[in-house]
Amino acid sequence: MIAEAPLLVAEGLGKTYGRQLGCRDVSLALHEGEVLAVVGESGSGKSTLLHLLSAQLEPSVGRVLYRTRDGALRDLGEMTTAERKFLARTDWGFVHQDAAAGLRMAVSAGANVGERLMAVGARHYGRIRGAALDWLARVEIDPGRIDDAPRTFSGGMRQRLQIARNLVTKPRLVFMDEPTGGLDVSVQARLLDLLRGLVRELRLAAVVVTHDLAVARLLSHRMIVMKDGEVIEEGLTDQVLDDPREPYTQLLVSSVLPA
Amino acid sequence: MNPVLEIRGLAKSFTMHLQGGVRIPVVAGVSFSVAPGECVVLGGPSGAGKSSILKMIFGNYRCDAGEIRVRNGDETVDVARAAPRRVLALRQETIGYVSQFLRAVPRVSARDVVAAPLADSGTPLDAARAEAERMMARLNLPERLWKLPPATFSGGEQQRVNLARGFLPDLPLLLLDEPTASLDAANREVVVELVKEKKARGVAVVAIAHDEDVRDAIADRIVDVSRFAAAAA
Repeated sequence: MIAEAPLLVAEGLGKTYGRQLGCRDVSLALHEGEVLAVVGESGSGKSTLLHLLSAQLEPSVGRVLYRTRDGALRDLGEMTTAERKFLARTDWGFVHQDAAAGLRMAVSAGANVGERLMAVGARHYGRIRGAALDWLARVEIDPGRIDDAPRTFSGGMRQRLQIARNLVTKPRLVFMDEPTGGLDVSVQARLLDLLRGLVRELRLAAVVVTHDLAVARLLSHRMIVMKDGEVIEEGLTDQVLDDPREPYTQLLVSSVLPA
Repeated sequence: MNPVLEIRGLAKSFTMHLQGGVRIPVVAGVSFSVAPGECVVLGGPSGAGKSSILKMIFGNYRCDAGEIRVRNGDETVDVARAAPRRVLALRQETIGYVSQFLRAVPRVSARDVVAAPLADSGTPLDAARAEAERMMARLNLPERLWKLPPATFSGGEQQRVNLARGFLPDLPLLLLDEPTASLDAANREVVVELVKEKKARGVAVVAIAHDEDVRDAIADRIVDVSRFAAAAA
């Protein structure tokens, strides 16, 4: 767990949309194998932050640095668009809340997984199909469904396919936006358990945006709490949840209905 | 001998913002240390802050003031000030904690719950599972339960899963919060033996134990927490 150089660093990040504040003055560092949860209500700026960290949005102020595989800490803002796209295809994964946003719904499950591999240069059909089959099994999708399109899949299966598509290229960093949002609780539990296992096994670093504190507790090592575009509290996940300090965090924690 | 744990001037209070910002003092001026192979039992009535002290040592609760110095190999880490990543590393390398209640994770079997700390710190999964089974057998947890998630287990069964998980890794400092509260006499005896084995291996233990027989059997020293009572502001 202790690898000293961080993988992703944000320095004084801010984003405004016209006069509307997205987020303000966010600084953080994420290391290999570390999962950071970003929690807060709708409009707290957590999605804006995720998009800034993953270079899908340009910051108004501040910068994001990423340690590439050659060990250099690079400013994402100074990379070319092509370089950023290459990172997104190889080193990063992005799991969307709506699986349809992260999948191609009309092509087969196997092609959805294989496509990411081909984007990094794989050409051998048998090997690509083998990798796709392997990943379908790892995310608990019946390999017999490899030639079916994800529009014929249930919500939980689509989400698991999206995860397979993202992880097949062995990324080092995965961004997740409400990965279990909109799923039935039984499906959520299975997905969370799967994600927890994969993150640990592959030593993935991840930034998980969620409004669900149980998801944060299960998946993350550390968490930050956002409100009105700012980070108001941060620390070890169990510490923030069991001993919340800020009024807003206390409100969040005490608002969860025990099952 | 150099202590494994040294606490100085530790203070804790809670500020309840949803209740008009009322401040609840818990403890102040907590100071004690624990040597290798020694078991310190925290004494005092319910509400004196015993569990809070254990949680602060584990980094689960924050502290208002003071130091929690934990020896980690050749260096000493102050949990009260350490960065989150440092605390996580300490939990893998140095501090074990058996909480009062098991936090069950959906779909994960008792065996894997118990094996997780070992597997997380690098033991191959098969070996970790074999160790987990040995420890569960020792705590008389029926084999038919091993592959089931503990969410539906009885209180005593869940506590034994939690104990197996906490006792399995070989860490220099072990925190026990009421480890025998829901156990029958035979299993209480197993826990006493396990604590004695830890002490014999040089592990420093801090425990909360209301059961007098258990306390007398494991304690080298009792630190009465009520003498650290914090004054209301």
